[in-house]
Amino acid sequence: MRALRRFLTRVFNSAAKRAHDERLREEIEEHLALQTAENLRAGLSPAEARRQAMLKFGGVEAMKEDYRAERGLLFIENLMRDVRFALRLLRKSPGFTAVAVVTLAMAIGANAVVFGVMNALILRPLNVPQPESLYGTEYGVDTGFQSYPNYVDLRDRNRSFDGLAAFTFAFVGLDTGENPSRANGYATSGNYFDVLRIQPYLGRFFHGSDEHGRNSTPYLVLSYAYWHSRFQDDRGVLGRVVRLNKHPFTIIGVAPPDFRGTVLFVSPDFFMPIVNQQQVNGENLLDARGTTHGIFETFGHLKPGVTPAQAVADLKAVGAYLEKTYPKEFAQESFSLGHEGLSSFGRAMRAFMTGLMLLAGLILLAACANLGSLFAARAADRSREVALRLALGASRARILRQLLTEAVLISLLGGTVGLLGSITLLERMSMWQPFPGAPIHVPLNPDARIYGVALVLALVSGFLFGIVPVRQVLRTDPYQIVKSGSTGRVGRRITVREVLLSVQIAICAVLVTSSMVAVRGLARSLDGNYGFETRNAMLVNANLAMAGYSGDTMPAMQKRMIETMETIPGVEQAGLVNNFPPLVYGAGSRTNVFKEETRDRTPSNIASMPYRYDVSPGYFDAAGTRLLAGRAFSWHDDKSAPAVAVVNREFAGKLFGSLTNAIGRYFTLQDATRIQIVGVVEDGKYLSITEDQQPAIFLPSVQSPSSQSYLVVRSHRDPQQLAAAIRSKLHELDAGLPVDIDTWSTLLVVVLFPSRVATVSLGVLGAMGAMLSIIGIFGLAAYSVSKRLKELGIRMALGAQRKEVLQAALGRAFKLLAFGSAAGLLLGILASRVLASIVYQATPRDPLVLAGVVLAMLLLGLLATWIPAQRALSVDPATLLREE
Amino acid sequence: MKQKTDVLQGTLVLMVLKTLDVLGPLHGYGIARRIEQISGDLLAVNQGTLYPVLLKLEQEGAIASEWGASENNRRARFYRLTREGRKQLQAETQDWEQTAAIIGRFFEAKAEDLS
Repeated sequence: MRALRRFLTRVFNSAAKRAHDERLREEIEEHLALQTAENLRAGLSPAEARRQAMLKFGGVEAMKEDYRAERGLLFIENLMRDVRFALRLLRKSPGFTAVAVVTLAMAIGANAVVFGVMNALILRPLNVPQPESLYGTEYGVDTGFQSYPNYVDLRDRNRSFDGLAAFTFAFVGLDTGENPSRANGYATSGNYFDVLRIQPYLGRFFHGSDEHGRNSTPYLVLSYAYWHSRFQDDRGVLGRVVRLNKHPFTIIGVAPPDFRGTVLFVSPDFFMPIVNQQQVNGENLLDARGTTHGIFETFGHLKPGVTPAQAVADLKAVGAYLEKTYPKEFAQESFSLGHEGLSSFGRAMRAFMTGLMLLAGLILLAACANLGSLFAARAADRSREVALRLALGASRARILRQLLTEAVLISLLGGTVGLLGSITLLERMSMWQPFPGAPIHVPLNPDARIYGVALVLALVSGFLFGIVPVRQVLRTDPYQIVKSGSTGRVGRRITVREVLLSVQIAICAVLVTSSMVAVRGLARSLDGNYGFETRNAMLVNANLAMAGYSGDTMPAMQKRMIETMETIPGVEQAGLVNNFPPLVYGAGSRTNVFKEETRDRTPSNIASMPYRYDVSPGYFDAAGTRLLAGRAFSWHDDKSAPAVAVVNREFAGKLFGSLTNAIGRYFTLQDATRIQIVGVVEDGKYLSITEDQQPAIFLPSVQSPSSQSYLVVRSHRDPQQLAAAIRSKLHELDAGLPVDIDTWSTLLVVVLFPSRVATVSLGVLGAMGAMLSIIGIFGLAAYSVSKRLKELGIRMALGAQRKEVLQAALGRAFKLLAFGSAAGLLLGILASRVLASIVYQATPRDPLVLAGVVLAMLLLGLLATWIPAQRALSVDPATLLREE
Repeated sequence: MKQKTDVLQGTLVLMVLKTLDVLGPLHGYGIARRIEQISGDLLAVNQGTLYPVLLKLEQEGAIASEWGASENNRRARFYRLTREGRKQLQAETQDWEQTAAIIGRFFEAKAEDLS
């Protein structure tokens, strides 16, 4: 109670400070007057009486300090005083302040951005309730791929999940009655929304109870974004019938705005029941247990109390049952659980983001080292002031607190600026659609965590660089400094400052090295050999199912389309590939291949799992894939002809030892089809640019027609004119056929995206590192020149040459630069191994990279020391010596 | 060092309260003189240290102060004991006497008493 009362009075007193100071002054005055009078009565002279009175009273200032401490909140008052003093000092040196704030703003901004991305993509990927217990099952190596029947068994037989949902992708033509256009969505299990525990924004969702077998649930749920863009927020959309690939579906609901599907980057336009998928794309996957592409991913909430390890064991038990029951179609592979939303690329992305975060942390560290050395220099310049204050009785702790206040103030300023910048950037990024036409975007929503992280980083870095000058202050001997003046000694000793600077240069060299490695890797991957020629190749995506073709009408139509393409002037070759061409959207499917003599086609006897492409005659020429041996397909390789295949060199080598051996040999597929190899083509890239060499087989598309296909058209004509010509020709052929036309290189953007992002982010970090080292070297050089101006003047007066002056002034800075760069280069080379997983052909053992780094660091050094060097050279000994 | 000031301040508080209790309202100088007279050299050097103590007591509500006229007719701040201060004095006197008695007994005790 008493303490509280005292505290409140203190708060009040802090506010009414002046009145109290006045009162104390008056009291002291009165006290002294009374004592003086007493002393006079005792017979002292007036002057002596007063002196004795004051002696008896004791140190007035110390008492005042005590009194103030007693009266108000000393801590806060001192803090305010420190802040005001620091602000005044910072205003006095705007250059220093600006450099410090900008440096920190960049470093903290970079960290906030990287953290923001990590937060959105890895820590909090889905906007659904209780994401922490939501797990996706990964089956086999890193993928969630399943067949639908297996999913159903997993769903019904597991005892660990509170409902297990599944989905895959559906690319359709959506016709509202006005204009049919392409739409990309998910085909989901009926319980999808219930498992996610989300509520519709409008209308209702479909449920597990709506499923009554194949094609029984013609319902459609729209995503909020698609409802907004395609239906202009029309609430009357509920109950409307639209056509997906010509089949009627009723719109029953709209998903909430912040729900963007269960795969990052791929936000769907709509959700349709998976049981109706056969109706839409003609492929019946509901009964095909042997395939792996019925389901993209299955996921569910773990029941309370069930650990992921228990769930995995449970899934394995179900897997064992499946293996026993369907030995031909199911082989137990590892099950694992991952947090839903990142799916297959989770691991790579996690590694990459962790790497980026590390680099960003390095940037911050470099910035701190930079600012630490700036502060140390500042403290050295202020040593006289510090000494004076120490002599006047200030405690060292008090002085340190003042310095620290200044540091934290700068860090908070820098942190605020950096945070504001990064929030703007993050918001821009989340609006960004990297690939026009593809349903891909990066959902980044800055939240409170980012603010927290930025604040913590700012404070930590403030303390970090604030404590650099501590030792210096603690060792200050006021007597020596006041006596000898502020210049001090120019020591030959290695100072903290120099160590910091070389550390910082090393960090920057690491960043510069890794960004160069990345850029070089990207450049290489851009003109790498993909096993086909992307230049002058046009891809035409025409989905025949969307125009109502099926069965036997498809191959005939496809043949007509190819022939029509070849009538366009300037077109050299045209061919067709089912589903997706290599490296487009990272999509591809593998197939199980057995040796000819294998009778028992169980999963354990699989000889190879090549990528499978169904292509038309003319495809290899159109794609620019070189035929190494044998022949390509002709139109005679149709359904009535024997089954044949063209394989790539890797496949031929793996199964038959050599290229020539393979020609004429046989292999079989899962369904026992016996296929003869008639040709071998060069190796290529299929799913991603960074993949190891994979086997691939090509089968005649006429033998297994599909509605979803791409025409490959090779021509040297201007892409835009060509696209227009293709469009009008296809329109002549069938006006109701929706077509997408892009160059092959454009579509490569998706597979190149990771390395692009990696390159850009590393490039930005590298540039920041470079800027930081410029600032650091500039700081040191400028400081040492200004400290030694007098010495330089004397040297010049004694006849020193320009070269010698420069050496004296900047030699040390350059030595540090060389040392730091060498260390950084070495570290960078080691660190770049990590990069190799993301950036194709990223190797630091590349003379160009090494030379580039050395050159870059040298340029940075020159740039940073240019101004100080000029200053050193322009020293006029006469003026200088006169001044002192 | 720190401990010594604490003890000093503790005794000083008690002395201030007792002085005001015995002599009634007094200004700072008066209190200082009185303490000096009784305690000898405790305040002989640092009379100024009294003022922070006075302020502390006033903030705790043990004493109150107001402006008045001193003997040479100048404006001076007069301190007086409040009811709360009187209670505090009583309590602290008791505490002090107890402590003093215990310490006294310790000092009186001889080796043979303890065996």
